[in-house]
Amino acid sequence: MKLALPLLAATAAFVAPTIAEARQVTFETTLKAYGGNGAYVALYLLDGAGKYKGTLWMAGDKTKFYRHLSDWTRASGGRLAEVDGITGASVGSGKTLKITVDIADALIDAGYKVHVDTSVEDGADNPSEVVAPLVASASGKPVAGDGYVKSFKATF
Amino acid sequence: MLRRLHSFAGLALALMLVAIAATGVGLSLKPAIDRLAAPAIAPGVSVAALTEAVAARHQRVDAIRVRGDGAVTVSFNDGAGKKVERVDPRTGAGLGAYQPSETFRWLADAHRSLLMGDAGRIAVALTALGLLVMSLTGTVLLARSLGGAGALLRPVRGAAARRWHGELGRLALAGLFLSSLTGAFLSAATFDLVPFAENSAPVVTASGGPAAPVGGLAGLAAVDVVDLERLTFPARNDATDVFTLRSSLGEALVDPSTGGVLSFAPTSTMDRIDRLAVALHTGRSSWPYALILGLSTAAAPVLGITGFLMWRRRRVAPRVRTHAVIDDADTTILVGSEGGSTWGFAQTLSRALTEEGHRVSLAAMNDIENAHLRAQRLVILAATYGDGDAPASARRFLDRLGNMERRIPVAVLGFGDRSFPNFCGYAQKIVAALDAQGWPRLIAPKRIDRRSAQEFAQWGRDLGAALGCTLALEHVAERPKTSAFELVGRETYGVAVGAPVAILRFAANALPRFEAGDLVGILAPGGDMPRFYSLASSQRDGVLEICVRLQPGGLCSTWLHGLNKGDNIEAFIRENPTFRPVEGRSPLILIGAGSGIAPLAGFIRANVAKRPVHLYFGGRLPSSDFLYEHELAERLAQRRLTTLRTAFSRNPFDAAYVQDRVAADAHRLRDLIRSEAQILVCGGREMARAVAETVETVVRPLGLDLATLKSNRRYLEDVY
Repeated sequence: MKLALPLLAATAAFVAPTIAEARQVTFETTLKAYGGNGAYVALYLLDGAGKYKGTLWMAGDKTKFYRHLSDWTRASGGRLAEVDGITGASVGSGKTLKITVDIADALIDAGYKVHVDTSVEDGADNPSEVVAPLVASASGKPVAGDGYVKSFKATF
Repeated sequence: MLRRLHSFAGLALALMLVAIAATGVGLSLKPAIDRLAAPAIAPGVSVAALTEAVAARHQRVDAIRVRGDGAVTVSFNDGAGKKVERVDPRTGAGLGAYQPSETFRWLADAHRSLLMGDAGRIAVALTALGLLVMSLTGTVLLARSLGGAGALLRPVRGAAARRWHGELGRLALAGLFLSSLTGAFLSAATFDLVPFAENSAPVVTASGGPAAPVGGLAGLAAVDVVDLERLTFPARNDATDVFTLRSSLGEALVDPSTGGVLSFAPTSTMDRIDRLAVALHTGRSSWPYALILGLSTAAAPVLGITGFLMWRRRRVAPRVRTHAVIDDADTTILVGSEGGSTWGFAQTLSRALTEEGHRVSLAAMNDIENAHLRAQRLVILAATYGDGDAPASARRFLDRLGNMERRIPVAVLGFGDRSFPNFCGYAQKIVAALDAQGWPRLIAPKRIDRRSAQEFAQWGRDLGAALGCTLALEHVAERPKTSAFELVGRETYGVAVGAPVAILRFAANALPRFEAGDLVGILAPGGDMPRFYSLASSQRDGVLEICVRLQPGGLCSTWLHGLNKGDNIEAFIRENPTFRPVEGRSPLILIGAGSGIAPLAGFIRANVAKRPVHLYFGGRLPSSDFLYEHELAERLAQRRLTTLRTAFSRNPFDAAYVQDRVAADAHRLRDLIRSEAQILVCGGREMARAVAETVETVVRPLGLDLATLKSNRRYLEDVY
C-alpha cells in the first residue's frame, strides 16, 4: 500500500508554519504474512516523557475496533478527532503501509518516538509493538516489531 | 400493496441471499465444531488463579482472552517474538499455538462483506433489512391466506410451490427473523449507526509500588474465568500502568501492586444489547441453536425459488379481449380473480354468450363503473382469497358498488374450495351486499368447487334458461398437457346389480409423480372436457389405477368401459393435496361407497407403517360389487387395514347403507376420534351428505361438530 499524504492531511502538530521548516518523512510498515483479516495499524508520536503528541496515521476504518489498539487509545484518549482525515484501509497480511508526512524540524532529533500499535480480529493485539526514535540518523534503517510488524522504517 | 412489496423485495434479494445464506449455513456449523475442540468453561476458577498459572510459564504475558469461539488464549513473549497459545481454562496449562480456522475466517468475511469490502458490507446490510421485511410481510401474508392470525398453524394448501413456500417459510420464520434482525443490527454497529457500546473504566494511574504476585491480587481473584473476556497486563516498563480486566460485568482497572480495583465501569445496556445480538446471530454460545439457525437459513434459497414460481404464475396475466364496446353491451361480466383462472371461466362464458348473439363487455370487478350498468344484466364471477377476502382484481369492488347509479339484474357465481371453512366467502359477501342494496337477482347465486367444469356447465344451463337460450359452457381450464397410458388390467363389478364399476389399471413408460387420492384427468376422444377420477394407486405401485362407474349416457365412462387391454388413453395428473391422510400414526377412519373406495384402497395399500386404519365400505350386493374384496382381505392379514365394515343396500339378509354402520359403531368411533382420528370420506354427493349427518350426531357427545372437524382437517371429503 502506498499513500502520499497531501500536506493538509497531517495534523497541525507536525506541520510547520512554512514548508521550509518541515521535512518530508516516509514511514514504511511491512507486515508479516500472518494470514488473517486485515490488520488495524496506528502510528503515533509520543515525546520523551511519554506524552502524546499526535497521530500520524490510522489504518482501519471501523472505529469499534480502535479500542484493540490499546496504547494508542490510552495515549490519545481514543478520541476520533485525533484520526480525522488520516484514516485509511486496514493493512493486509504481508502488505506494506507507506505514508509520507511533513514533519516540523523541531520534532526531529528532539526525543520523540514513533509508536506502532497493531491488532487483528481473531488474532492478537500488539500495543506499541514498535517504538522507534524520531532521529534523522535512523533514516532508512529497519526495525522489527514483536507482533505483526516484520519491519518498520522512517526515511527522512 | 403488501404482496407487491413482498414480491419485489424478494426478487431483488434472491441472488444476494443465496450467497449470504450459503456462507451462513457454513458458519452455523462453527459453534458445534468449536465446542468439540474446546469444552465449555466450567465455573470455579478465578481469573487470579488462571493468571498465576499462565504467568508462571512465561517471561512476559501481554493478555489473556476468552475468544468468541470459546477458546482461552494467552499472548506472550518469551524472547522469540510474540506468540498466541491456547490454554486450559481450569489449569492454565498450554495447549499449543492458537490457530483459528482459515476456512471459517474466509466464510465469515464472505458472509459479512461478500469479499468486497465496504461495498459488500452495505449490500449485505441491505439484504438483511430486505430479509427482515420479507419475514414480517411473509408472516402477515401467510396468516391472511390461511384465514387470520389464529390460523397461522393450519396446513397450507394449494400447488406444490405454494405449499412448500408456506410450510417451509413457517418453519424457518423464527430463525430468519432473528438472523436478519441481528444481522441488520450488527451491520448498523459496524457503520457506527448505533451508539458505541463498550464503555471504558476511567483512566487511573497505579500506586507505583512493587508488583505483587498475580495470584494474590484481590481484584483478579474476585472474577471467575466464566465471566472473563480479556485481561490486559500492565506495560512492563511503566510502574503506573494497571491490569485492565474486562468481564461480562464491566471493565475494572486493577492495581498490580495492591490488587485493588482502582476504577470500574459496568457493562452498558447498549453493550448488553450488542452482545445479545452477536450471540443470537452467531449462535456461538449454543451449538444446537446455531444448527437450527443454519437450517432456517438453508431454507432461504428454497423460499426464494418457490416464491419466484408463485410470482411468475401470478404474473401470467390473462389477455382479455373485450367482445363489445361498453356502450353497446347487453351483458356485463365482472371478474374477481386471484390467480387468473376465473378469467378463463369468464372468457368461456363470454364466448358462449356471444355465440348466442349477446354483446358482452368484460372487466375486472375493481373497474366497475356506471357505463357497465347500462347493460341489461350483470354477471359477477368471483374467486375468494384466503378466509373470505377479496381476490386481487376485486379489492376495491365493494367500496365502489354503493356509488353506482343503476341497479340491474345480477347473477353471482362464486369460485372456491369446499374444504376451506369459508367456502366462496367473498362471493357470499358480494351477494349480501347486493341484496342489501336492493339489486334484483337474475338467477340464484351459485358456488363452484375447485374449478369444476361440470358445475360450471350446470350453472350455464341455469343462466341460459333465464336468458331464454341454450348456453353450453364447455370450459377447458388451460387444456393440460396429457400423456399416453396403456390399459394393462381390468376387473368389472356390479353388472348384476345394474351399476357396472370397472377397476382399470394403466401403465406408461415413465409414470408421472402421483399419490393415492390425487386425480387423473382423462380426455375421451371427441370430448373437450376432461373427466376426473380419484387414483387408487401411487407412482410406487407402478400402475395408474382408477375405479370408473358407468354413467348412463356418459361419454367418458362409456368409452373407458369399452376399452380393451393394450388400448391407449390420454390423461394428466392433477394433485389433490386437500384429500390426503395426515402424517403420523393417529388412526384413520375411511368411509366410501361404490367407486369412492378407490382413493381409500390406495391409502390402505400405502399404509406400510401399519397405522390403525378402519374402513367402512358401502355397496349394493356382496356377490356383485364388493370392490377390492380380495385385496382388502389381504391387507387385513398384513395389518395395513385394521378393521373392515361393509354395508350392502340390496343384501337380502342385512340391507344397510354405509352410514348405518357408522351410526352403529358410534361408541367405537368416538374413542377413535378422541385419539385424534382423521375421517376421510369419498363417494357420491348423496352418500357424503348422509355420512356427514351421521358423523355429526356421532361426535356431538364429544362436544365437537362437523365444522370444527373440517376446519381442523380431521374430516375430509372427496365428493363427486
